[in-house]
Amino acid sequence: MDPGCSRLLPALCAALADPRQPVADDTCLEKLLDWLQTVTEAGSSLLLLQENPCLVELLFHVVKSQDLSSRILAFSLRLAGMFAAQETCFQYLQGDSSLFVASAAGQLLVHVLDLAMRGPAEGHCGPQAHAWPACAQEIVCHIEASLRSTATPQVAQALNVLTTAFGHYHGLWMQGLWVRLSPLVARLLERDPVPAAHSLVDLLLSVARSAGPSPDGGLWETLAQTLSRLSPTQAGPLALGILQLQGCPQALRTQAFGRLLQPLACVLKAAAQAPGPPGLPEGAAGDSVTVDTLLSSKSACVGLLCCALAHLELLQPLPQRPSPWPQAPLLGAAVTILRFCNGSASPTSDVGGRLCTILVGCARVQRAALDFLGVLSQETGPQEPVTQVFAILLEYLVSPDSSPMVLKKAFQATLRWLLRPPRAPGCCDLDPHPQLFLGELLPVLQKRLCSPCWEVRDSGLEFLTQVTRSWGGQAGFRHALLASEVPELTRQLLRDPESYVRASAVTATGQLSSQGLHAPPASPEHPGVQQSLLEELLHILSTDAEGFPRRAVMQVFTEWLRDGHADVAEDPEQFVARVLQAASRDLDWEVRAQGLELALVFLEQVLGQRGSRCAYAVALPEAAPPGTLAQALRALCRVQLFEFAFRALFDCDRPVAQKSCELLLFLRAKAAPYGSPQDAGGSPDVASVEATLQRWQAGEQGQPLGHLEPGAVMAVLKSLDLEGLRDTLAESSDHVEKSPQSLLQDMLASVGVLSENEADCY
Amino acid sequence: MKLYCLSGHPTLPCNVLKFKSTTIMLDCGLDMTSTLNFLPLPLVQSPRLSNLPGWSLKDGNAFLDKELKECSGHVFVDSVPEFCLPETELIDLSTVDVILISNYHCMMALPYITEHTGFTGTVYATEPTVQIGRLLMEELVNFIERVPKAQLASLWKNKDIQRLLPSPLKDAVEVSTWRSCYSMQEVNSALSKIQLVGYSQKIELFGAVQVTPLSSGYALGSSNWIIQSHYEKVSYVSGSSLLTTHPQPMDQASLKNSDVLILTGLTQIPTANPDGMVGEFCSNLALTVRNGGNVLVPCYPSGVIYDLLECLYQYIDSAGLSSIPFYFISPVANSSLEFSQIFAEWLCHNKQTKVYLPEPPFPHAELIQTNKLKHYPSIHGDFSNDFRQPCVVFTGHPSLRFGDVVHFMELWGKSSLNTVIFTEPDFSYLEALAPYQPLAMKCIYCPIDTRLNFIQVSKLLKEVQPLHVVCPEQYTQPPPAQSHRMDLMIDCQPPAMSYRRAEVLALPFKRRYEKIEIMPELADSLVPMEIKPGISLATVSAVLHTKDNKHILQPPPRPTQPTGGKKRKRASDDIPDCKVLKPLLSGSIPVDQFVQTLEKHGFSDIKVEDTAKGHIVLLQEAETLIQIEEDSTHIICDNDEMLRILRVLRALLSIKFRCLHLK
Repeated sequence: MDPGCSRLLPALCAALADPRQPVADDTCLEKLLDWLQTVTEAGSSLLLLQENPCLVELLFHVVKSQDLSSRILAFSLRLAGMFAAQETCFQYLQGDSSLFVASAAGQLLVHVLDLAMRGPAEGHCGPQAHAWPACAQEIVCHIEASLRSTATPQVAQALNVLTTAFGHYHGLWMQGLWVRLSPLVARLLERDPVPAAHSLVDLLLSVARSAGPSPDGGLWETLAQTLSRLSPTQAGPLALGILQLQGCPQALRTQAFGRLLQPLACVLKAAAQAPGPPGLPEGAAGDSVTVDTLLSSKSACVGLLCCALAHLELLQPLPQRPSPWPQAPLLGAAVTILRFCNGSASPTSDVGGRLCTILVGCARVQRAALDFLGVLSQETGPQEPVTQVFAILLEYLVSPDSSPMVLKKAFQATLRWLLRPPRAPGCCDLDPHPQLFLGELLPVLQKRLCSPCWEVRDSGLEFLTQVTRSWGGQAGFRHALLASEVPELTRQLLRDPESYVRASAVTATGQLSSQGLHAPPASPEHPGVQQSLLEELLHILSTDAEGFPRRAVMQVFTEWLRDGHADVAEDPEQFVARVLQAASRDLDWEVRAQGLELALVFLEQVLGQRGSRCAYAVALPEAAPPGTLAQALRALCRVQLFEFAFRALFDCDRPVAQKSCELLLFLRAKAAPYGSPQDAGGSPDVASVEATLQRWQAGEQGQPLGHLEPGAVMAVLKSLDLEGLRDTLAESSDHVEKSPQSLLQDMLASVGVLSENEADCY
Repeated sequence: MKLYCLSGHPTLPCNVLKFKSTTIMLDCGLDMTSTLNFLPLPLVQSPRLSNLPGWSLKDGNAFLDKELKECSGHVFVDSVPEFCLPETELIDLSTVDVILISNYHCMMALPYITEHTGFTGTVYATEPTVQIGRLLMEELVNFIERVPKAQLASLWKNKDIQRLLPSPLKDAVEVSTWRSCYSMQEVNSALSKIQLVGYSQKIELFGAVQVTPLSSGYALGSSNWIIQSHYEKVSYVSGSSLLTTHPQPMDQASLKNSDVLILTGLTQIPTANPDGMVGEFCSNLALTVRNGGNVLVPCYPSGVIYDLLECLYQYIDSAGLSSIPFYFISPVANSSLEFSQIFAEWLCHNKQTKVYLPEPPFPHAELIQTNKLKHYPSIHGDFSNDFRQPCVVFTGHPSLRFGDVVHFMELWGKSSLNTVIFTEPDFSYLEALAPYQPLAMKCIYCPIDTRLNFIQVSKLLKEVQPLHVVCPEQYTQPPPAQSHRMDLMIDCQPPAMSYRRAEVLALPFKRRYEKIEIMPELADSLVPMEIKPGISLATVSAVLHTKDNKHILQPPPRPTQPTGGKKRKRASDDIPDCKVLKPLLSGSIPVDQFVQTLEKHGFSDIKVEDTAKGHIVLLQEAETLIQIEEDSTHIICDNDEMLRILRVLRALLSIKFRCLHLK
């Protein structure tokens, strides 16, 4: 323990022992305990107690005191336990910081049980229950009694205790425990309704996971029984869990997958125009219970469908998902649900009619189904449903009734379907489907970009950006896009009143421009009216009142510089100088940090690539030939990159300073061959720069650095302790606040405040 | 209680309710969809319209070619447009006591009813309803009268000829009752019969029923009506909205506990969400104008236009449309824009508070101030000087058959740069466009109907729980084009009763009670006796006096002593049978006591038998049987010994009196 803390501890212990000075917030007691534990782990606990007798006094005081708060009592007991554990090697209960008493009690039981089972002589109890120690017998009897209870909370508590046990311990005795308790657990399934179904599912999955690849047969049977016994809503999570298990029998997996698919099977069946198999695997056939649940109420129907879709969405990318994956019927189900939701389904069955009434206009199901549809794009499958997918997506994109959130999901799903890998590798242009779809999509996008709802304009722009990023080089897309008004509209949205939209418009126009797809120049009659996009973006960077558009501009500029955008390539030096000048004045640290990113790209372009993005080792970079290097450094001086970087080095926002430090380290390494410190070290120029930097470091950033010569810069760079600065900056910014000394000070201060308030009251 | 259904149009209702002794007309909407069968009335000579070929029968017979013209495969009547009136034969409209108007769209047939049927009653409506209703009528009359048409086609209406015509003329209903538009004089006369009312104001009709308008949230001054007596309550819901637009929100609570709820005026486009449609409207408007095209919005001069202008006010700057002029052309444009700003008490809370700032409640004031919105009475005059393109024009009539809109359709229809955006839901846009085909301009259908949809109705009915719901038949089944959409109909228990045009419904509900007042002096004389805890009973002898549907029990006049004089005798004749007033009897008979009394009166050999419902007292000697049950006493006697029967009666009476008093 450092001396600072040692000095504070007695006063704190005295305060804790004083019932008139209540502790306002018991989280600090938890932190105190955590800290003391790290101290005891680091060294001898005995020494700690000897050096800080106030701790022992606190414990003595607590034992005697009658009117202490329970918080202090609990804290002291746990503290005592902690010391005891260390000094006597006897496993004392670590206690639990959970706020929920039941959970804490449950964990306590599990720990005690485990402790008892391990036995006094480090030996482990076997699976034979009769050989278990009395303490363990008692706990197990208690759990058994709880499982037999008719009160659901008690059953749930017992199940939770067992779940914790199977989740944490894997001793031989666990098998014995399961053998003994599984009949009782199985008996829960005979009750109607099954009590604490959620906890039961957790337990069974926990047992199955802990049992490893070949558990005894009884477990699989119980799982199968539970699966068929639980309501459709409760069975979903269990089915998903079973499908994620290793070494699960195929029959059970088939049953689980069937259960998971049941709600979708019902939907497909309800929508079918003619009777026939919906194409889903066996076991998925919609049973009457599922149908009843779907039709019982709107909330039940929505809940069940959303869960089913979410579970299947989670399952789809997993390697252990069922095979063959029923892609076509799943696509059909997703499309059908979406049709029910927008009222375009025309079912002939009664169930279909009821579903239609329940689901029409339901945004929650629409969102879930669109997400699921998007995930299904990652599969390859037959051609026919793809046409349906594009048709329903277009319906959603066109419909004025699609809420902004649904529309966003529709755009996302559309993007995934458009950008899915082409079936014929090496094919350079678009598949016929997307190409056809594009013709209808662009007018919709055009209209969405004019929406009075900013969220819609924003989603439209995001979609445009991403689709352009992937398809910008494809002739079909380029042709369709340039023939539409989309580029022009996008450009107009740079002046949108909503900052998020402006930011998205900046990104989109930047992307379009990179691909040569920007809006055509202004009409020949008014040549000067429309400024170049570069100027417009610079204008946004220097004048926009909101941070998001400015950040977006910096990102676009960085990309332009990296990719050699035509407007930039004309005069990169001037470009970088202007951008850095604007960025250096920005109040948003992300803009300044992005400015450093741009500076780094420029550096790489004039000095050559960095070895790897993370390695700044002095020896690694290849040294540039001195002649070129001198030229490069002069260019960096001209664009005032150093002034920008040095200012950033002392930026009040740590990420900016860190980035600048990395940049300067890279630069110093690259430019090492350029002269030696002696060349310029003594010049008055260097001294004045160093003086200015010192003032900047002290927070006075008003003074400019003025014109710099490469020699002076290198001298200053070499004189700066950049490595030291990097280490300081690498420490997390809250390292000061997280220190134990700070914790003790805070606690004392808060105790003080409380007592002051009390005094005021009197 | 009966409901006479005079209109088949669910949103332009006209029903007559006979309730107690009153005859109440609920709304008098005018179905203007009939005008779609007519050629448009061009404000400026249109060579295209005047050169349309006449229509001839398949066999070449062209006797109708003066009346019917053909345009792009459709046949139109070349005549002054005519409207389909509510039924006038189903009930004698001169017997209608009052007309209750729920909103300005539902009063357009008023002059036909008040001026031509012998109607002598009163019309009740709120002030904004009357003022804006007047504007709508004035606009309509103006639109029709300023383009005089020499011809009034009638030949085609002949039943034998009509069936030879192509659809939709062939299927047009009640064409013989179609009438041309009323005059301004008739409008003024009709409006003079209106008495203004405020929300929640209670209006007594002949002492029989009380009517009360409630805010319905649909339009400025729009109302639902409560029609109630002391024991019955009928709610009339017409054109209501739960959306937050400009009018005061709907008062739902007052509709609770209705015996009958008559539900009309739901949204005409249940599948279109107004918010989405407004978005669609704005996007299409912006796209057209950006491309240098003009936008035409056929609309009424009041209502949704206020909300559209407000929406555009917020939108035009963000969409870069600040320099685009917006024109509102209507003979009543100025009055409509100004009226909207002065009816503060009828507006939603947000707009009301603005008035105290003080600010105009609607932002179109600012649009006018900054010259972004300009309004003109017609395309003639100032407008032609100021007209600048591309622009957005709001003008009527939404049927596209008359009004300045006809001119813009002719002017802009040929260019695909221009767009016509339909926002009013009253007319099928395809039918409205038919006489302008072939058309190059883009057509966008964004019907904005803020009235209740079926989900909202279902919630409303659950909330207010009426015993019976009565509605137009269209609401009891899904729309024909979407027969699977079971969600697009009223779903309530018991199922709603439906009506159609020219039907009379007996409302499923019997009147069981009537309120009667007791005069204080009569009340003083009563001696109530508690027959159960909390329930007391007294016999009353009084004269029931009924006047103006009020019933009063008055003390019976004192018996007058008969005198010998002729004159006196005549005077006493005026008083109805008051001399023989006897107390009325009620209560149960204590059998033992009755038997004792009979014995006292000389009957012997009395046998008493208990039955399931009471007792039988047998007077064997007198061959008389007395059956005493809870609610009846029968004396059955075979011989006609009146004397004995009278003795039995006397015994009964004496007992009765006593037992009543004892109880």
